[in-house]
Amino acid sequence: MPQKIFLEHTGKADLTQIEHYLKFGGYSSVAKALNTLTPEEVVAEVKKSGLRGRGGAGFSTGMKWSFLDKKSGNPAYLVCNADESEPGTFKDRYLMEFNPHMLLEGMIVSAYALAANTAYIYIRGEYWYLIDILEKAIAQAHAKGFLGKNILGKPYSLEIYVHPGAGAYICGEETALLESLEGKRGNPRIKPPFPAVYGLYGCPTVVNNVETLAAVPWIINNGSAAYATIGIGASTGTKLISACGNVKKRGVYEIELGLPVEEFIFSDEYCGGMANGKKLKACVPGGSSVPVLPAHLLLKTEKGEPRLLTYESLADGGFKTGSMLGSGGFIVYDHEQCMVRNTWNFTRFYRHESCGQCSPCREGTGWMEKILYKIETGKGNMADIDLLWDIQRRIEGNTICPLGDAAAWPVASAIRHFRHEFEWHVTNPAEATKPGAVYNGNLLSVV
Amino acid sequence: MNPFSEKTMEQIAAIIKKYPEGKHKSALLPVLHLAQRERNGYLSVETMNEVAAMLNLEPVEVYEVATFYSMFNLQPVGRFVLEVCRTSPCCIVGGEQIMDYLKQKLSISEGETTPDGLFTIKPMECLGSCGTGPVLQILEKFYENLTEAKIDEIIADCKQQHAVLN
Ligand SMILES: Cc1cc2nc3c(=O)[nH]c(=O)nc-3n(C[C@H](O)[C@H](O)[C@H](O)COP(=O)(O)O)c2cc1C
Ligand code: SF4
Ligand code: FES
Repeated sequence: MPQKIFLEHTGKADLTQIEHYLKFGGYSSVAKALNTLTPEEVVAEVKKSGLRGRGGAGFSTGMKWSFLDKKSGNPAYLVCNADESEPGTFKDRYLMEFNPHMLLEGMIVSAYALAANTAYIYIRGEYWYLIDILEKAIAQAHAKGFLGKNILGKPYSLEIYVHPGAGAYICGEETALLESLEGKRGNPRIKPPFPAVYGLYGCPTVVNNVETLAAVPWIINNGSAAYATIGIGASTGTKLISACGNVKKRGVYEIELGLPVEEFIFSDEYCGGMANGKKLKACVPGGSSVPVLPAHLLLKTEKGEPRLLTYESLADGGFKTGSMLGSGGFIVYDHEQCMVRNTWNFTRFYRHESCGQCSPCREGTGWMEKILYKIETGKGNMADIDLLWDIQRRIEGNTICPLGDAAAWPVASAIRHFRHEFEWHVTNPAEATKPGAVYNGNLLSVV
Repeated sequence: MNPFSEKTMEQIAAIIKKYPEGKHKSALLPVLHLAQRERNGYLSVETMNEVAAMLNLEPVEVYEVATFYSMFNLQPVGRFVLEVCRTSPCCIVGGEQIMDYLKQKLSISEGETTPDGLFTIKPMECLGSCGTGPVLQILEKFYENLTEAKIDEIIADCKQQHAVLN
């Protein structure tokens, strides 16, 4: 049986109730950490486990914690990033809805490691109903002595507060999130300084994704060595993948990193294959920001090796033939979906969500949206495709935050892998704009 | 004089306590959410000024924030704001057809309100519900796996709720 960490007990009992959560050994890592480990030892354990940030970038969590400025004299903060707004991603919602105490437990141990006495959960405003679930869980944890003053009778104290956003994808970017938490517009800050030195209210701060923090209790309970045996190579542990689009069984699955993509899509244990007897055409495997892959490059790398759900395998081949694991938002497209329309849709998203600070991102996303709409509605010409390529190239790497890159990559990869489909829209506008039109010219890549 | 109801004022007092001394500006987003709920679903300039005075902020500090976040409405809206996801993962499982059906059923376009003041269609970007799309939200409630029949039901329910409340 594949190892499960987050979803092992979900479904067996209502884990939002602390009594049930405790029955399954809940909160034991808090006692273990506070009674037997120094904060430095917790950081070292997490570092050795190989746990990497589950928010998208995949940076070593223990390493990030070790950068926290301990000498500033200012209080340190832990902030949980529950903004989850990357299209295709809905795993944090699932975790908070069905296993909120696991997040709190992870936050307590992590905050202890960082010597933070205050922690915030920044949750997207659209998840309003989860605030209630989280605040009830916090109250229960308080009542049992896992939160508040002198946790379990030890000299360590912690309060966790929930803070709602109000509809802005950019507030998932950690420095925009901190601005927003301070009651401002969500404009990303120029880095450096990084939040570890200058974060919330100018104090040293660690921002971690929900899933990252929720993995910490298991690591402390079972040891970093046990965690590192799950997964493959530098992709250790399990990952929540939120599958959506044209598969039979959409939903949130916990996988051991290293599961072949083909098995994930076609096995009954996971997505159960394509919905409605259609064929697999393309996939955006890590949330809307990562490059789209055509079916043949999704299932196998350019070298012909099976593509695995790991940071390394999904990135194999670079952006030429690879993509990224990203947030685990796994969007599957069947052979009737239009890649031009999809690219236009995503680009509209990025234009809408650009904070507007950098001209390449603010103007470029708008230009790309207009050109894509022109092509999609049959009014484009061949030069437009090259123009699109040119604009995305000039956004990438030239902005304050990675949203600019995130807007460029879907466009670049769509043109790279589906250029013929863009050209078909230009050369056959009447056919391409018919309702329900399906491009059949690239069936080579359809599996 | 308290600008908001007693219950809201209590909630606001509790919210401000979550942040360190002198950092009450952090309360702005949660307070604007409460203010919008109490004031017919939108933030008028007057409401924003009241929030500014209450939190000891310059009015512009409130305006610049309210205009940044898509959950805040700056114009009057219908009694039920139907926030419909328009992003790709929903669109490729029937989201576009659902949006078309809704527009046709209510005879309004995106961003508009029905003449009786009951419904506003507000297009939204990904609501974190892609696994159960197409999806729409009314306040905090999600309506998932939408079909035309479900849309009919939702609209009928809203109308009934309205009739009962009036
Ligand atoms: C535009 C943009 C949006 C992001 N959205 C999220 C998000 O919704 N949730 C998240 O955890 N990280 C998001 N991130 C990544 C965060 O900036 C940050 O790297 C992350 O919260 C760190 O946590 P981790 O190391 O545990 O992954 C986003 C980044 C960018 C550039
Ligand atoms: S890249 Fe875009 S979203 Fe990021 S700071 Fe610049 S304008 Fe804002
Ligand atoms: S795309 Fe509609 S909820 Fe994510």
